[in-house]
Amino acid sequence: MGKTSLPDAAKIKDELLKVYPTKVKRKRSKHITVISPEKEGDSIQANVRTVPGIITQRGCCYAGCRGVVLGPTRDIVQIIHGPVGCAYYSWLTRRNQTRPKSADAPNYMTYCFTTDMQEEQIIFGGEKKLKQAIQEAYDLLHPKAIGIFATCPVGLIGDDVHQVSREMSRELGINVFGFSCEGYKGVSQSAGHHIANNQLFKHVVGLDDEPIAGKYKINLLGEYNIGGDAFLLEEMFAECGFTLVSTFSGNSSYDDFCKSHNVDLNLVMCHRSINYMAEMMQAKFGIPWLKINFIGAQATADSLRIIARYFGDSELIDAVEKYIAQEMPEVEKAQAELRPRLEGKLALLFVGGSRAHHYQELFKEIGMKVVGAGYEFAHRDDYEGRKVLDGLEVDADSRNIEELKVEKDNTRYQARLSAEKKHELEKQGITLNHYEGMIPSMEKNTLSIDDISQFEQEKLLELYKPAIFCAGIKEKYGVQKNGIPCKQLHSYDYGGPYAGFRGAINFYREIDRIINTRIWKLIDAPWKEEEQIRADFAAS
Amino acid sequence: MLLRHTPKEINPRKALTINPAKTCQPIGAIYASLGIHKCLPHSHGAQGCCAYHRSTLTRHYKEPIMAATSSFTEGASVFGGQANLLQALDNIFTIYNPDIVAIHTTCLSETIGDDVPQIISKAHEDGKIPEGKVVISASTPSYVGSHITGFSNMVKSMALQLSGGEGRKNDQINIIPGWVEPADMRELKRLCQEMGLNTIMFPDTSGVVDSPQTGKFQMYPQGGVGLHEMRRIGDSEATIALGKFTSQAAAEALDAKYKVPCQILDLPIGLKATDRFINALRPYSRLKVPESINYERGRLVDMITDMQQYLAGKRVALFGDPDQLISLSEFLVDLDMRPVYVLTGTRGKKFLRRMQEILGQAVPEAKVQHAGDIFLLHQWIKNEPVDLLLGNSYGKYIARDEDIPFVRYGFPITDRVGHTYFPSVGYQGGMQLLERILGVLLDRKDRDTPEESFELVM
Ligand code: SF4
Ligand code: SF4
Repeated sequence: MGKTSLPDAAKIKDELLKVYPTKVKRKRSKHITVISPEKEGDSIQANVRTVPGIITQRGCCYAGCRGVVLGPTRDIVQIIHGPVGCAYYSWLTRRNQTRPKSADAPNYMTYCFTTDMQEEQIIFGGEKKLKQAIQEAYDLLHPKAIGIFATCPVGLIGDDVHQVSREMSRELGINVFGFSCEGYKGVSQSAGHHIANNQLFKHVVGLDDEPIAGKYKINLLGEYNIGGDAFLLEEMFAECGFTLVSTFSGNSSYDDFCKSHNVDLNLVMCHRSINYMAEMMQAKFGIPWLKINFIGAQATADSLRIIARYFGDSELIDAVEKYIAQEMPEVEKAQAELRPRLEGKLALLFVGGSRAHHYQELFKEIGMKVVGAGYEFAHRDDYEGRKVLDGLEVDADSRNIEELKVEKDNTRYQARLSAEKKHELEKQGITLNHYEGMIPSMEKNTLSIDDISQFEQEKLLELYKPAIFCAGIKEKYGVQKNGIPCKQLHSYDYGGPYAGFRGAINFYREIDRIINTRIWKLIDAPWKEEEQIRADFAAS
Repeated sequence: MLLRHTPKEINPRKALTINPAKTCQPIGAIYASLGIHKCLPHSHGAQGCCAYHRSTLTRHYKEPIMAATSSFTEGASVFGGQANLLQALDNIFTIYNPDIVAIHTTCLSETIGDDVPQIISKAHEDGKIPEGKVVISASTPSYVGSHITGFSNMVKSMALQLSGGEGRKNDQINIIPGWVEPADMRELKRLCQEMGLNTIMFPDTSGVVDSPQTGKFQMYPQGGVGLHEMRRIGDSEATIALGKFTSQAAAEALDAKYKVPCQILDLPIGLKATDRFINALRPYSRLKVPESINYERGRLVDMITDMQQYLAGKRVALFGDPDQLISLSEFLVDLDMRPVYVLTGTRGKKFLRRMQEILGQAVPEAKVQHAGDIFLLHQWIKNEPVDLLLGNSYGKYIARDEDIPFVRYGFPITDRVGHTYFPSVGYQGGMQLLERILGVLLDRKDRDTPEESFELVM
């Protein structure tokens, strides 16, 4: 399909809004942005509450906190304080892979711990039961750390998970800390990310000052090791000569978090879920951060080069170039093989808080065209870049999400870069502590849609007839019933890994497989057409 | 090891649940609501619950599962969710155009104390519910009971809020199928048809959560019990309710309201429970039990007689939901197997009583637990192993660690297909189940047997 045949995105936007009652139409209209040729002023509404009754992709604060950020850590016992459901649904459902260092090293990720709150606790309070539960978990497992997660009713009945955590910390002599991540807080998972960042920063980061051996010390933030992505990246860093101290949080452990303030640089993958941590580590310890992207081969190469230039050592720059040169031929071979089968096909991506941006890279690399993309729970800075941060208003729904006041740690703060070095990097186009957002990388006459609804999704499928739609598990089978493949970008449909160079090749092949599988051509029975003609004939 | 921290030694726990064998009420309410034609389930609470329930049901059914939410924010949690629900109803009918909205509550709206029936009346008064459209509701706090309770509560609401009758008995009976799969519901309808009966089954998820690939998404698939049918259930001759935990409440409510006598049976899983089901249908049929059904029964019995040697004496652990466990255990006993550990997360003394009837004499060493968790079941297994494990997909972690043949049964099954397409109720369902059990047991024998005694014929 050539460029000229693309429908007018503005008209499509009108179609998406038609059905809504006036008030809803006005609201939703602000969440749908037609990308203009210059893109500069393209603005979008995000991180505001979903209209009740709209079928949304979004989940809750608890899911963002326990499910996304803390979930992938194997050796913190995570007790969910609340009725059983919230704990149950976040039990092993996110595919965060983990590799304990030995056969008897702790790994609690296969377990689900909950206080399974009953009516009695709703009426009389649940703190006693929570304390007892912490004690029982300790007696059984003797972990180094226990995290307590509050679900919806807990805040309402006034249980204080922080007070209980402090008491039990003292009593047991281990690190026990709480998360007030009740599901009604904020407007989506996003509030939970923030709360998780805050508590990890307050209670864990910086506990271990033991110097770390190795050169080019980095943390990888916002990488959750879905389908083994982090494993591939760990290998990549090792081959290039980096020292990866901690990943927040994929294949991660408590001890790694504790010493994560001893690095030279933080790398940020999913800006939405983890930028708070990066900012706080910058403020307290002086660690700069770089927004990078390891989804897409070119993006991976670019990211590696930027990191190497940050450190500036020719030894590292050479190692990175060598690694890229070693990996690229296979990537190019796969691209050349698959492009003819995929070139020009349309893709739509509506997912998460960073993937809708990152995965556009992979589609472009195989010649596909992204005509619409949007996030489930991101903020305006993820769309338009951090330049909008100063003007962002915090509304009533987000006002109560604590913003930690972080100050310089006078003994441990250490500026990693001189002002000149920073300036020099900027001259090379490398801006620290910055994210451009998704919109600048999109093409004109495409759509950016925030918190897409089920109805809008259906309309887009009807109007664009894309070759592929990317979303999550709730959307998957509705899309596919239309005869259009849906690739899950949360769970990867139990495939992957897709990060880095080898991951990119996996992804190209996966997209070819899902689009070109024979079954899409076998949906209609062989007699359907003939019978239709006969029926039409009889009717005329 | 996947569950490396599970010790053999069992210390009682009072407050900590580890690896639950139940989940929360609303998901059951949604599943029941999906069994009504053109119904959109609605979750009155914060949107996370609804997202989780939809995801879990989707993983089990591999089908689109639609449900809306009141999307509570902190404000709604303080001031109550009335405004949210009114707005939601308005939007739902305008945008998604269902015939029925079935509202269930969550822990949040229950803790706040929202009065949903009152809000629905207000919605009617405000003209937010279009002519001819229906809204029903069930109270489903998750700090009481389990997903089973939620299912039961919504079915009861259907029986009370959608039912109608003219006071004249019709030649028809109601079937309340309990929490079974769409294939089971289809099979139950077929058996009733073979018996020459007119039936109304509610809920009926067949054709809803197992809809065909047609190239066109249907927001409301063809299946589900129709509103016009529900309006006649008060005139039925009788109600046959399957499963005490999931169907009794609805059947009794209907009896109280319209004097439709009810019989509560075990789920017809396995030989004897199916016999009782067919027997219960007989008084309402003018026909003798048709030969076709006798044949089906005969084939199941034949299969058991042929393969009995591989089943006898095998120790089985099973976990899941009470209604299923009751019938499964009875079936296993009829196969001469030994259900030594039977555990549900749902609370209920009547479960223990019924299990005592089934296992008391036959398997005196059996351990039966209500309100238990899978962690405990695993510990039992560590203390004295079993030959077979039956349960939902979470069982695979135990099965792998302990190297036990494993048959997936129950909810949720997130890693295999078939459970929604092939019935396990009725005689044919019994054969399916038996085939799967035999499959894993014989595969195991083939894997472990020394080369010289490897058998071609078994
Ligand atoms: S808050 Fe209650 S209803 Fe919602 S998922 Fe948790 S347990 Fe279930
Ligand atoms: S955007 Fe998606 S992948 Fe990234 S943190 Fe969020 S949920 Fe995870």
